[in-house]
Amino acid sequence: MLTFIVRRLLQTLPIIFAVAALIFVLFSVIPGTFASSMSEDGRSVLDPEIMARMNKEFGYDDPVYVRFGKYIRQLASFDLGTSFRTRQPVISVIADRLWPTAQLAFASMVFAIVIGVPLGFIAALRSDSWVDMVSMVTAVSGLSLPKFWLGLMLMYLFALVLGWLPSFGYGDGSFRYLILPAVALGVAPMALLARTTRAAVLDIMNADFVRTARAKGMSERRVVQWHLTRNALVIVLTTIGLQFGTVIGQAVVVEKLFSWPGLGSLLVDSVTLRDIPVVQGSILVIVLLFLLINTLVDVLCAVIDPRIKYS
Amino acid sequence: MSGNPLLEVENLRIDLTVGDTRFPAVQDISFTIERGETFGLVGESGCGKSITSLALIGLLRHPLSIGGGKIRFDGREIQNLSPGEMRKLRGNRISMIFQEPMTALNPLSPIGRQIAEMFVLHKGASWREAERMSVEALASVRVPAPERRIKDYPHQLSGGMRQRVMIAIALACEPDLLLADEPTTALDVTVQAEILELIRDLSAARGTAVLMISHDLGLIANMCRRVGVMYAGRLVEERYADEIFQNPSHPYTSGLVASLPLLGARLKHGRQRLKEIAGVVPPVAAFPAGCRFNPRCYAATDICRGQDPGVTPLANGGLVRCHHHE
Ligand SMILES: Nc1ncnc2c1ncn2[C@@H]1O[C@H](COP(=O)(O)OP(=O)(O)OP(=O)(O)O)[C@@H](O)[C@H]1O
Ligand code: SF4
Ligand SMILES: [Mg+2]
Repeated sequence: MLTFIVRRLLQTLPIIFAVAALIFVLFSVIPGTFASSMSEDGRSVLDPEIMARMNKEFGYDDPVYVRFGKYIRQLASFDLGTSFRTRQPVISVIADRLWPTAQLAFASMVFAIVIGVPLGFIAALRSDSWVDMVSMVTAVSGLSLPKFWLGLMLMYLFALVLGWLPSFGYGDGSFRYLILPAVALGVAPMALLARTTRAAVLDIMNADFVRTARAKGMSERRVVQWHLTRNALVIVLTTIGLQFGTVIGQAVVVEKLFSWPGLGSLLVDSVTLRDIPVVQGSILVIVLLFLLINTLVDVLCAVIDPRIKYS
Repeated sequence: MSGNPLLEVENLRIDLTVGDTRFPAVQDISFTIERGETFGLVGESGCGKSITSLALIGLLRHPLSIGGGKIRFDGREIQNLSPGEMRKLRGNRISMIFQEPMTALNPLSPIGRQIAEMFVLHKGASWREAERMSVEALASVRVPAPERRIKDYPHQLSGGMRQRVMIAIALACEPDLLLADEPTTALDVTVQAEILELIRDLSAARGTAVLMISHDLGLIANMCRRVGVMYAGRLVEERYADEIFQNPSHPYTSGLVASLPLLGARLKHGRQRLKEIAGVVPPVAAFPAGCRFNPRCYAATDICRGQDPGVTPLANGGLVRCHHHE
């Protein structure tokens, strides 16, 4: 098992390197610098001399390959550089934002799992009944709702009309502030999980080994408990892992909408300001989170499914 | 208790429901299996052997269902038993081995546990006792080092080994009847002989009756005392195995026998796939009028195309369904 985990972690190294390179190239070719963005929005007009000095200070005068070498050397020592805007180390800027994003992503996935998986299970076990119909209609509509619109509607209903929950912001970081953004973010993965779970369970219900279980004289309940659940879990877990990544990516929209002080809103703000080190760092951290969660899911799957370790 | 035969199937009919229409996928099937006897069911692919055996163990699922007839097991009609009653028989007194050993076992569960389930379900054993019993069960199907093997997962075993595990499961509770649906079709030739020998030895030692299903008449004739030949959902001939070889009565049976290699050659080469009789088994919804074999039959006449042949008794308790039987 340990070798499996180590191998799995080693496999992520080239991906991390490739992503780092991609991010670097991307932000070397897009036009505009921190200095130019400051004058673009008309907040202040910088004279060319200051602009040139800023560019030099941030290292924009060096050729691309020199900058790339520097960048990689920095990364290797876990240094993400210094924010152009705040002059703080990027790593501490990101660290401040990591926890709210983790909270949000985690809460929305818990919402998605707790509702989506049982919904899919029940729909499959009662397939072609009204339960199945209702849950799948819910699931499909959940998938097709735009997050932005859904967030606004939740805000309107639960904050403005009913007044049950705060409409936006992080507040004191308490659970009440988390609910609306987490639901807005969690509805789509919930719907997808419900559909995947239903399909997985239906598929396994027709598997040969389930027929064997019935031929052994097992009740349907036993068949589900002893043979169906674990097999369905492998498929459901894989979907959960992938959805976690999607959720972190889509948190950008929801965080912006709810003024949630997470990585997503940091990313949007930093892109607008061309605060490139922060942008690069944020994306890298998001990718790392994604890889971490998927490695975790793979390990869990390998614990459940003995075939995975060997392939 | 032992006055009546173990299994009596009477005019069994299995319906295939498509939309609002029910097609008889299997019809007028009647046969009897005595205690401890091995009865063979032979016929080409698609003639209804598997669904017949699934009906016997109560495992037909939509769109298939029992449409009529009686299944009497140990003197008791079981075709209308409640699911709970049926479960007490299933695995315990009637058990089944399937064709595909690769997929018939749960990939995520150690084989010992999958055998042990039988003792927990039917014998009220604790998991600990059941595990010990599963070692014995594995030893009885001649798996070497069973105490270590019980921890293996199905993917770690060969096809032949998996089929042995299936047999261990099926025979765990010493059933009265074993349904073996093409138990060796998916295996290598050398392994096939071993598995058949295992089934034969174990069933003989325990007095288990076997319904052996195959499309291989040679295999059936080697294993069984009596044989039923199925074609397009019907039993067309039922005889003692040696009689069927010497003088088949039904043109379809003649075709099956003729397509086998000579007796000596067959013994040497073991199983051989049946050479096709020209044409194929028609799908359930397109059975021809009259005798269902008439489009492929060399002896067909007008009456065959217009009128369904009834059952004619033969000497020695045999039966044939043909207007022009020999
Ligand atoms: N679930 C199903 N839905 C529709 N038709 C089915 C179903 N199962 C079986 N049939 C049909 O019933 C007929 C008999 O099938 P069955 O599986 O019993 O054949 P078989 O004699 O066992 O053949 P094989 O040698 O291929 O196993 C076939 O025509 C098949 O197409
Ligand atoms: S009834 Fe006619 S068509 Fe059918 S098997 Fe006999 S001879 Fe052939
Ligand atoms: Mg079959």
